[in-house]
Amino acid sequence: MIDSDIPVINSKILREKIQENSIRIVDVRRDQEYQQGHITNAVNLPLAKLLADDSPESIQKIAQDLGISDDTPAVIYDDTFGALSSRVVWALQYIGHKDVKLLDVTFSQWKELGYEISTEVPEIETATHSVKINSEIMATAEYLEKVKENKNVVIIDNRERLNYLEQHIPGAINIPYRTLSTDGKILRTKEGMKNLLKNRGISEDAEIITYCGSVGTLSGLAYYALKSIGVPNVKLYVHSFKEWKSLEKPIDKQENANYWDLSAE
Amino acid sequence: MAQQLRPSKPADKQPKIDWSRRQEAENFAETVKLFRQGKIDHDSFRRYRLQHGAYGTRMTDDYAMVRIKVPAGQIYPPQLEKIAQLSEMYSIGSAHFSTRENIQLHWVILEDVSEIMQSLADVGMTSREACGNTVRNVMCSPLSGVCKDEIFDATPYALAIARFMLRNPICQGLPRKFKFNFTCCEKHGMIRIVDVGLLPQIQEIDGEKRKGFKIFLGGGLGNRSFVGHQLEDFTPVEDLLYTSMAVIRIFDRMGDRKNLSRNRMRYLVNEMGWEKFQNLVLKERAIVKATQSVIVKLNIDDAINEIQRPISVTDESTSIPDGYARWQKTNVEKQSQSGFNSVFIGLEAGDITANQLRSVAEIIRDYSAEGFARNGFSQNIVIRYVHDDDLVSLYSKLLETGLAKSGSLTMASAVGCSGTTSCNLALTNSHRLAKEVQRKFLELNFDEDDDLKDSTIKISGCPNSCGQHQIATIGFYGGGGRHEANMFPNYTMSLGGKFDEDAMLGHHTARVPVKRIIPVILKIIELFKENKQPDDTLAKWIDRVVKGNESSKITGVEDIKKEIAPLIAPPKIEDEPDFYMDYGSDTNYHTVTGKGECAA
Ligand code: HEM
Ligand code: SF4
Repeated sequence: MIDSDIPVINSKILREKIQENSIRIVDVRRDQEYQQGHITNAVNLPLAKLLADDSPESIQKIAQDLGISDDTPAVIYDDTFGALSSRVVWALQYIGHKDVKLLDVTFSQWKELGYEISTEVPEIETATHSVKINSEIMATAEYLEKVKENKNVVIIDNRERLNYLEQHIPGAINIPYRTLSTDGKILRTKEGMKNLLKNRGISEDAEIITYCGSVGTLSGLAYYALKSIGVPNVKLYVHSFKEWKSLEKPIDKQENANYWDLSAE
Repeated sequence: MAQQLRPSKPADKQPKIDWSRRQEAENFAETVKLFRQGKIDHDSFRRYRLQHGAYGTRMTDDYAMVRIKVPAGQIYPPQLEKIAQLSEMYSIGSAHFSTRENIQLHWVILEDVSEIMQSLADVGMTSREACGNTVRNVMCSPLSGVCKDEIFDATPYALAIARFMLRNPICQGLPRKFKFNFTCCEKHGMIRIVDVGLLPQIQEIDGEKRKGFKIFLGGGLGNRSFVGHQLEDFTPVEDLLYTSMAVIRIFDRMGDRKNLSRNRMRYLVNEMGWEKFQNLVLKERAIVKATQSVIVKLNIDDAINEIQRPISVTDESTSIPDGYARWQKTNVEKQSQSGFNSVFIGLEAGDITANQLRSVAEIIRDYSAEGFARNGFSQNIVIRYVHDDDLVSLYSKLLETGLAKSGSLTMASAVGCSGTTSCNLALTNSHRLAKEVQRKFLELNFDEDDDLKDSTIKISGCPNSCGQHQIATIGFYGGGGRHEANMFPNYTMSLGGKFDEDAMLGHHTARVPVKRIIPVILKIIELFKENKQPDDTLAKWIDRVVKGNESSKITGVEDIKKEIAPLIAPPKIEDEPDFYMDYGSDTNYHTVTGKGECAA
């Protein structure tokens, strides 16, 4: 559908394509929010449904029920700064879907742009979708533990700073998810993103593994922030820190400082 | 008749002065890289970093604290919104309002500092010369321009001095940091505890009313504190710049560059003796004036700020929310302009979340007729020019965002430095302690007690005084104590500090274990209530006690010591393990400190 490999689509371009009705647009907010108005022609997939069972078979069934076949171009959006939609784009890519993109604005931003919304629920014809696992883009705890000392591997923790200070995977660096957006868009400008990596001394040729608190949403956004500037080798540690802890893997913390007491929360 | 429409909101007031220089952000990023590659040594890098407003952080080289300068405390809504965003992107989701009208972002990754500088430039702000051996943020009373006791508004002069000194070559390598404070009146400013303190005056000279200042020199708090001396009877505004330059030149030439702990100007004044120093300043000023090849002048912008009541919608049927009367009594100051008020927003030890910052920006737009706010010097924010009729509505807005704490103008709003939450030199968690004291005071409704109104509590996490404990009615600085084999956080309490016209440093009275501080404060208040004169305040009573002028049962500090002695004896660790832990910590106390940077 779009010529580049970059899995992000500009809202203006999507808007032009809506009427063609050849794209499956997926709204991942809750059903109730969806019912009150969504991007014209969008169908609904509450993220909770995907998280309830994110096995490849389940993702396959979800795709089919949404009428997404192997060749159906799909665009995903949310209203949670792109973190939920990222997670869904990633899941579809994981089962081998080739043409799925993240919308570069949230639903609220779409509305602010004055673009079309509707309350009409489109008819869905179920489709068939294959499963060709794209293991390249996934990191497991085992994998992460194995490669984390490698020189060319960078682990990025996308939780908020205080959570990171309190505990994180040894060797991980912290880029809070808020760092990834700019005013009016879910992602930084390409230049801004490149600059961030450059300042932090992260090579775009590194193997980068992102993780967050529990289900790979915040780190999913980071995954696509990196993809948006064409970083080739990125993996999502999809089960993230919650699993890491439950497996009793090693944890680092910033010692001897009461940083929580600086928070006004 | 709920909604009454008024003209829609005016456009945002834009900051008058752009303090930023974008190039500095890129340079900073480059310099960090060179430092990480080992091409710049530690000490040079540290000097450079501090010059640009980034402090080190507790026990780590990886993080910095970025101190954003707010000259004269004037802060605009878009600036607050930008800081909110930066706190979420690069810091801990909260920002910190300091005691010197700065705003600080803690736990920033050193490599991200340049991004913060870039973004600050978007809204005309800088962190340049906020730390290091420079002229620090030039302060001005948050009530300058609206204070009932002021002679004229010093703000344009404060801004002009800040502008003159920032990036000025003569301020790049001073022996030590250098501070200017301007005030409206004696009560609302801290002019006697800084290098240069200035109080507006008007004098009639040859039948003509001339503006000028009373200038105080050589004060300052720290490991050793001094109260400033008045230079001369009256310094006309024309001499403001010459006098400032003269003082800085003397300090630059004669200040102690070797002995890091004794190189503030106050030590120079103290060693030389005031009279000699005073003569030197007057002579130097004559030379500065006489030898100018080009007339150097301050750029004074005293155009009157536009005052326009901005409320677009007010809900006249709003019922008065609970707590309003208490808040109004303890947070609102009437202005000299009739019908207008200055509203103090109290924060716990200066901390505010990103969302609260955004609300404050909105509230300024909706309620302040001058369109910007002022940082206070008790870790608070002041929104001025709020119309009488809008106070209830503003209070409701504050309630919604959790910023409606009462007691801002009272003893309840304890000040605490950053302590072990981020400072390398800290011995105790003074920051959390200040929050605990404030919560207790509000719980006990002490903010409503007029007897306590003019007293203050200020807490530092070590003897360095960033929490300004010596000028508090009841002040504390942190240290460690030991009982048998175990250590516990132990604060030194000082009583009777003042910063007004008879400024005085507090008397060291006793060492108080951290978990006894609240009981000891309550005990002192109880003794005061039992022994006070009918029209006494706590501050007045303590003043008499420390001077030995009190004639009740408590005749002096010794009696206070006796009374609190039973409270401060350490229990056995088995009986009360909590005694041996600091606030915010669930393990036994031990002191850990890193390399201090105050002198760098
Ligand atoms: C020997 C070292 C230090 C000394 C003697 C010192 C002294 C002071 C003093 C006297 C103040 C009160 C400001 C005033 O009202 O004039 C102050 C403020 C402050 N200091 Fe320090 N300080 C030292 C080191 C540090 C360090 C290491 C930190 C933490 C990074 C720090 C953080 C602060 C903060 C947050 C303030 C609040 C006011 C502001 O915005 O400047 N200080 N310091
Ligand atoms: S008083 Fe001590 S603990 Fe507090 S900020 Fe200053 S140096 Fe740090």
